[in-house]
Amino acid sequence: MAMNPPTSPAFGQRAGSDLIITPSGQPEVPENVFLTTMDSVVSWCRKYSLWPMPFATACCGIELMAVGASRFDIARFGAEVMRFSPRQCDLMIVAGRVAMKMMPVLQRIWLQMPEPKWCISMGACASTGGIFDTYAVVQGVDRFIPVDVYIPGCPPRPEQILRAIMDIQEKVQKGGTTFGNEGLPELRARERYMIAQRDTAPGAGIADERGDEARFGYRIPGGPGRLGLEETR
Amino acid sequence: MSAATAPHAAQAQILATLAAHFGDGVFSISRFRGNLRLFVPKSRLVELLTALKQQCGCTYLAELGAADYLGYPGRTRNRFEVHYVLRNFDTGGSVIVKAGVDDPDPSLPSAYPLWPGADWMEREVFDMYGIRFEGHPDLRRILMPDEFTAFPLRKDYPLRGRGERHNFPKLTRAES
Ligand code: SF4
Repeated sequence: MAMNPPTSPAFGQRAGSDLIITPSGQPEVPENVFLTTMDSVVSWCRKYSLWPMPFATACCGIELMAVGASRFDIARFGAEVMRFSPRQCDLMIVAGRVAMKMMPVLQRIWLQMPEPKWCISMGACASTGGIFDTYAVVQGVDRFIPVDVYIPGCPPRPEQILRAIMDIQEKVQKGGTTFGNEGLPELRARERYMIAQRDTAPGAGIADERGDEARFGYRIPGGPGRLGLEETR
Repeated sequence: MSAATAPHAAQAQILATLAAHFGDGVFSISRFRGNLRLFVPKSRLVELLTALKQQCGCTYLAELGAADYLGYPGRTRNRFEVHYVLRNFDTGGSVIVKAGVDDPDPSLPSAYPLWPGADWMEREVFDMYGIRFEGHPDLRRILMPDEFTAFPLRKDYPLRGRGERHNFPKLTRAES
């Protein structure tokens, strides 16, 4: 993409503006002209104007608010426009535990967000269920919606959230195309994993993630003694 | 009447009124750390609650809850126990009424006609223990989603559930 030289007097009268740079064996590129791809420019625009959807369901949401406030100032990364309508957002930040009653809501909001969209799973609870390994809490939102960046911590420091925004920006720049964000190899691998997971028998897919009690030497009251494969899916 | 003895005196007053009204054999009494507890069979529950409200001045239903004693050491009474904590605002007395119910299909008469505030508390007990309250105007689940089928605070329900928490469609990026 080419950008014309500015025509204001201050720039137009600069002596070097008619200079032609000709690296050997390459096409002629006048000064102040940049060549790049459309995808790259679109991704560059997108990554500095992420509009987050704060899906804040618990204590992590408080930390997310701190990131928006002046001390940490998410606006430095162009992501300060928190919208409470999913139709205006392209970055979902799942901050907090997601109860099983909330999961259909989360999925619906994700579906309502326009493409291209990205998702950050913030904190131990959103990523894995955290300490809430009970019947009511979903053990990681990535089981049911695609997640791009995970933030560890309980709650994560605001700096970690800024780091996650920067990672998303990198991802957008590298993997974005004008029409979507399927470009990144990790995303495609993740997609294949999700599709393969979908057809496994209930309980088989994650059964090996359970039964950590013996390993860590604790027992959950009423827990694993009575659990069968069917009950851990 | 000093402040320290007031609750005890109020309890004695409640017991005297009940004894005059019911005589013996309707409920049994126990005390624990200053709490007065009346155990009553299901058939006399409403009668006792009505008498407490109308004759003993216990106009306030402070709490309604339940417990599941499945596998509790030394337990000889019913599996479930529903408790009603009543207060008399004039004398400061409080009394706890306990009614036991058993599997299958545990049910109790509703306290809603006496205290409309029992509405959501009975719904919660129903939601968590599956104890039905006959005569409740709107006995639906209150915390768990409507399509949930189990009663999660029962002791024979596994802590991690029976897979309900993972019973959702998986959205992939291609589809969303
Ligand atoms: S990870 Fe920690 S801070 Fe975040 S929602 Fe869970 S318990 Fe709260």
